[in-house]
Amino acid sequence: MQIPYNAVERPDTGLYNAKLGIWLFLASEVMLFGALFSSLVLLRVNATTWPHGWEILNVPLATVNTIVLISSSVTMVMSWASLLEKNFAKFRRYLGGTILFAFVFLVIKAFEYGAKFEHGLLPSTSNFFATYFTMTGLHGLHVIGGIIVNIYLWGPGSKMWTTDPARFINRIEVAGLYWHFVDLVWIFLFPILYLL
Amino acid sequence: MEHVATAPHTDHAHLHEEELGFLRNYIFSVDHKVIGIQYGITSLLFLLFGFSLMMVMRWQLAYPGQPIPYIGEWFGEMNAPGGIMLPEFYNQLGAMHGTIMVFLGVVPLAVGAFGNYLVPLMVGAPDMAFPKLNATSYWSYFVGGVVMLASFFIPGGAANSGWTSYAPLSVIATAGQTYWLIGMVFLITSSLLGSMNIIVTIIQLRAKGLTFMRLPFFVWAQLVTSFLLLLAFPPLEAAGILQLMDRLAGTSFFMPSGLIVSGVPMENSGGGSVLLWQHLFWFLAHPEVYVLILPAMGIVAEIIANNTRKPLWGYRSLVYATVFLGFMSFIVWAHHMFLTGMGTTISTFFQTTTMIISIPSVIILTALIISLWGGSIRFSVPMLFALAFLPMFGIGGLTGLPLGLAPTDIHLHDTYYVIGHFHYVVAPGTLFALFAGIYFWYPKVVGRSMNSTLGKIHFWGSFVSINFIFMPMFIQGLAGVSRRLYDGGAQYTHAQGVLYLNEVMSVAAWTLGLFQIPFIFNFFWSIWKGKKAADNPWESTTLEWQTPTPPGHGNFLKEPVVVRGPYEYSLPGASKDFSPQSES
Repeated sequence: MQIPYNAVERPDTGLYNAKLGIWLFLASEVMLFGALFSSLVLLRVNATTWPHGWEILNVPLATVNTIVLISSSVTMVMSWASLLEKNFAKFRRYLGGTILFAFVFLVIKAFEYGAKFEHGLLPSTSNFFATYFTMTGLHGLHVIGGIIVNIYLWGPGSKMWTTDPARFINRIEVAGLYWHFVDLVWIFLFPILYLL
Repeated sequence: MEHVATAPHTDHAHLHEEELGFLRNYIFSVDHKVIGIQYGITSLLFLLFGFSLMMVMRWQLAYPGQPIPYIGEWFGEMNAPGGIMLPEFYNQLGAMHGTIMVFLGVVPLAVGAFGNYLVPLMVGAPDMAFPKLNATSYWSYFVGGVVMLASFFIPGGAANSGWTSYAPLSVIATAGQTYWLIGMVFLITSSLLGSMNIIVTIIQLRAKGLTFMRLPFFVWAQLVTSFLLLLAFPPLEAAGILQLMDRLAGTSFFMPSGLIVSGVPMENSGGGSVLLWQHLFWFLAHPEVYVLILPAMGIVAEIIANNTRKPLWGYRSLVYATVFLGFMSFIVWAHHMFLTGMGTTISTFFQTTTMIISIPSVIILTALIISLWGGSIRFSVPMLFALAFLPMFGIGGLTGLPLGLAPTDIHLHDTYYVIGHFHYVVAPGTLFALFAGIYFWYPKVVGRSMNSTLGKIHFWGSFVSINFIFMPMFIQGLAGVSRRLYDGGAQYTHAQGVLYLNEVMSVAAWTLGLFQIPFIFNFFWSIWKGKKAADNPWESTTLEWQTPTPPGHGNFLKEPVVVRGPYEYSLPGASKDFSPQSES
């Protein structure tokens, strides 16, 4: 038994199944982070005092991290484009780059967290730090999830390139959409937490 | 779970069921029909369990402070010393009754079981779009259920802050609340995967010729329901994460400044908002009400069309009303919060949207009632349940209007009136529709029909007793009896006049329990002894009846091609009174 439209697009919707699936998943992710951002707004508006992010958070490190994450999104697109060119080796280099950037992001984040902990700044310190740790932590979990998927697609999952290349290209596209979303969340988190 | 990626074109078509072995066929199956049955049986067990919790609570409400007979000592000295239920235990039962019935019972049965089993068949697909995600969805639900059940056995017992888990009570509650939150994360994951799957299946895997306006109404109901699950649940997940942080990391998302509990000031940073939890919770939980009711309406529509032998009246109106209802359900949530002090401006907004959302509900119910007009009705067991749904849901819906208007809600808020209203929608409403669906599709799933005499005993017994449970609640509620009283109002003067109703309701609840026995017996007995069913025993038009019985792996023997709408009954000039969708 074969599920239709796994690899090819359905003519009247113009989509293959996983592409619609990932967009629906991302819609639900938007609602998840949307709820958290709304909560942040509500808490901050109600608070008597609320620090400016740039006073107590490390803006230079976060700026570096923003660049790292955007670069990882660029390499993700390049890896997909490489597959369209049927250049598998190039695909692996670029996807490897994405994975590497993602790890760099996490390492920098870990340094940031560590510095806060050293100064006794914990989630329970204030609602500013509560939102900071909760939202960047949840974003970090999404990064880790992306790394796991990308490593799978770089390694064992890439065998599909020989058996069913069309579907493998779809998989990279779908993984890429997810990765861009993770990137996008950070693009929102960075100014809201660090710069406002 | 094995990896899907390595070999996409593995020879699924060549694998015979025997070769997969028992575990892969029946336990870790990826076939939507097996998963649907798994969902069905698990959720029916949870429904029975959740109902049992309430039957125990009803003893305390009818006879406060008296030892529970026969089963009292099962609950242990911690919960019911000498068989007398403690208030803490009562709170656990109340919170878990709501949680289990909604999140582990009705939704998994309506969407997990009926949606999974029927949607691919009704759209003419070989399976769900993502079979492995489908299995993951079921097992995530299963784990969530186990976590919820396990919480009864930890010190302090299960969650006891109500199914709504309002902060700050829930934040300072016993460890059971943490289990509740973790359980909810699994259930939310499950519903996310399930709803994605159903939407993609409906949009992508429709058979040739099956345009959107040829979809059975049940499929439309599942589509809208899935969108609600997909978009409304994540905010509760966010809220759950925040509450977990409050409980485990000592944050103050929902903890206001200067909170003093039992004379002791709380040691947290404060500055949180208790209303934030309520907003996030009801942002899910109001669409959730429509998640509970829409699949039921879908089932009732199918059964009414089939048993009146005529097309549904106003199919397009039904579809548009359902889509509009789904959209509106996202902007009515704060009508649950009129009395929280959020302000009259906001109340007015939500009161207005609430009145607007009643319009599509009325359109749907009206279309279903008019569909009966002039039909030669077959009073089969499913039809009896479907017919009972109409007035029962009608009562539930109409009694909701005074709750949706802020001025009247001030009097009725948090009384038994609310409980009566909600349960009329969900118990004799949704649950009757789900029973109707079970009797209706059982022959397709099992290959044998359920006994209709037992079915009629089940129906009439349930119909009468369930009204004796919920109708008195309106009377008590109008008298001002609060819904959260451990003694059912015995210590309040204003409740004395309506106190006798507690016993009436309790006896009715236990009677309702007794009348489920014919159903349970019938359900199992018919698997082996029921009358053998033909492929299309109800002479129905929709695609699921064009499969072998029970449908094998891959569902259809040949790819169906749809040539007409879903309810072509009694077509003038046709040789029989039903014209299946795929027959030219």
